[in-house]
Amino acid sequence: MPAPQILSTGTPVTVTVNDKPHTLAEATTLAQLLASIGLSAGQGVAVAIDHAVVPRSAWSTHLLADGDQVLVIQATQGG
Amino acid sequence: MMSDSPEFNQRSLSKMNASTLVIAGTEFSSRLFLGTGKYSSGAVMAQSLEASGTQLVTVALRRVHTDGARDDILAHLDRNRYKLLPNTSGVRDAKEAVLAAELARDALETNWVKLEIHPDPKYLMPDPIETLKAARDLVQRGFVVLPYVHADPVLCKQLEEAGCAAVMPLGAPIGSNRGLESRAFLEIIIAQSKVPVIIDAGLGAPSHAAAALELGAHAVLVNTAIASAPDPIAMGHAFKLGVQAGRIAYESGLAGRSTNSLAQATSPLTAFLSESQS
Repeated sequence: MPAPQILSTGTPVTVTVNDKPHTLAEATTLAQLLASIGLSAGQGVAVAIDHAVVPRSAWSTHLLADGDQVLVIQATQGG
Repeated sequence: MMSDSPEFNQRSLSKMNASTLVIAGTEFSSRLFLGTGKYSSGAVMAQSLEASGTQLVTVALRRVHTDGARDDILAHLDRNRYKLLPNTSGVRDAKEAVLAAELARDALETNWVKLEIHPDPKYLMPDPIETLKAARDLVQRGFVVLPYVHADPVLCKQLEEAGCAAVMPLGAPIGSNRGLESRAFLEIIIAQSKVPVIIDAGLGAPSHAAAALELGAHAVLVNTAIASAPDPIAMGHAFKLGVQAGRIAYESGLAGRSTNSLAQATSPLTAFLSESQS
């Protein structure tokens, strides 16, 4: 039997952001992740995690989990 | 004969300003919609939009480069002046289109979406089956859906029945500037549509836009022809005039067209200098 895993505070979390791996401190919120890549609300940004939109009203409370696939999009020029 | 009737003159004067267009309860006095792609700078784009008099502009979505430069398009778009119409360009099927629309709704706080699904980058032909599927889904989810489609009268009718707020059939391939190559089919779409018909893609000159409005199209969407012109600001103004002329002409009613090549005199044909011609 494998030894039971002991969860301790400070376990890093690995997510992908637009397919690139990012390692984050435990209990990182989506708002913190976005801030770390220079983004905030009001810049035409939206986020989906595992193909479901996380509304911007939830960014500051949504905690990232290990393995999350984060998609970040932004408005740009187009026809 | 010329009419001096005051009622007639009053009616004619009221036509000097074309009627407004209403889409899903939103009123537009300009029937020229603009894309924001291909401009050399945000400042040129902003001035072109202003010169065109547009009130509705499209924007695209793209994945953010986590370590790259930031896009600042919104800094150049006055949202009190322009309604934004995000598009779903880049998606390959209905499922991706729905996610893109939901992202756009959160990013830009609008439930309007230009639904476009064109998986083939060579011709950018819209996929009718996935578009109809996505349109039905998005309408259920509360979106105001404006689908970009081929000039297919049957499909446009089905999209209307699915609850789309307008249809956006193409005049010619995207960016081709070739004009109303689909004219015969656009005429059918316009004749039978109960929702506004916006001719999108392929319009390369103000005369193309004018012709679209003369046909009875409710509006046009233009991007490349303005953005890629050597002077995009003046071209924005030229399209404004073309669209206005076309709409006023449509509302005035075009004079009948001869079915043969014979001339129809506009001046009296009585002999001017002599009674009998030798």
